[in-house]
Amino acid sequence: MTENEDDLIDVAPGSPHNNIVSESVAYVIGLGLALGLTAVSFWVASTSSLWGPGVATGLVVLAIAQMGVHLVFFLHMTSGPDNTNNILALAFGVLIVFLVMVGTIWIMAHMNANMSVSPELMNLQMQH
Amino acid sequence: MTTEAATIGLTHGGSEDTGLGHRGPESKSIVVPYGFWLFVLSDMVLFSALFASYATLVHATDGGPTTNQLFDRNLVAVETIALLVSSFVCGLAMITAKRANMMWTQAWLLLTGLLGAVFLFIELYEFTKMVAEGAGPQRSAFLSAFFTLVGCHGAHVTAGLLWLGTMMAQIWAKGFQQHIIRRLLCFSIFWHALDIIWVAIFTIVYLIGTLP
Repeated sequence: MTENEDDLIDVAPGSPHNNIVSESVAYVIGLGLALGLTAVSFWVASTSSLWGPGVATGLVVLAIAQMGVHLVFFLHMTSGPDNTNNILALAFGVLIVFLVMVGTIWIMAHMNANMSVSPELMNLQMQH
Repeated sequence: MTTEAATIGLTHGGSEDTGLGHRGPESKSIVVPYGFWLFVLSDMVLFSALFASYATLVHATDGGPTTNQLFDRNLVAVETIALLVSSFVCGLAMITAKRANMMWTQAWLLLTGLLGAVFLFIELYEFTKMVAEGAGPQRSAFLSAFFTLVGCHGAHVTAGLLWLGTMMAQIWAKGFQQHIIRRLLCFSIFWHALDIIWVAIFTIVYLIGTLP
């Protein structure tokens, strides 16, 4: 019994357990955190008591937090030696995803802003 | 062997593990999930391109319906909970599979599949409703991007359900052999990854899209 209790206390959330209770507890904690973050996301999106322009950023932060919860508690990403390669691959994946998304949105927003033609100019071009 | 390794560099104070592969390849239980993890990450890179095109085209509605008119948050909340609990139950199935418990493994996997089917059913309902309202993928660039992004995720879930059925049959027919367990582990990685992508979809597409 004391061994079981030690398992519950000493083992990192995502690392392999040998005890069916502590293994299940890790998944239950993960589910609880994920459900909590989802509920907060939906609340943040519907409430009017928060500063409007900041809501979208807050939602993205909550989503990233929930992805972290999924990675640790469901996909068992840990800092253990067996996981070094998985973490490195994940870091590379995050880098590429970040470059593709932020790069595209940034460039396309600037192009959209710089390419917009005022109605008078559009009218001039039409007359030629 | 150790002295030879020690001359190569990148050694850690006399440790036998040089990090240069001198111990030979890792066991299959490490290598197989790692390879599958690389595939999942490349899949996420694919989705990042779809997210980027969606974010670029979200306001290109061509006078057609906008995000605020189309999306129903309550429906999305049910979808989200179904997929999240499905992911959780898939984890429980892995716990029982490790202990070779046939009845509970099959029961959890069945529940995983049923919750996945609930998710897929709601998504298809939403799609058919949108198409019936004239908001199909050919209406505007925004809707093309929407159906590509969310439809691609739905296609992944469909493939996952087929894989799940296959795994249930294989466990039933062949028992908890090592290679079957590895396949099941890969399936669970796939299923959890789909939930991670859904977190991004419900935040970026549905919640940010329906802000007042």
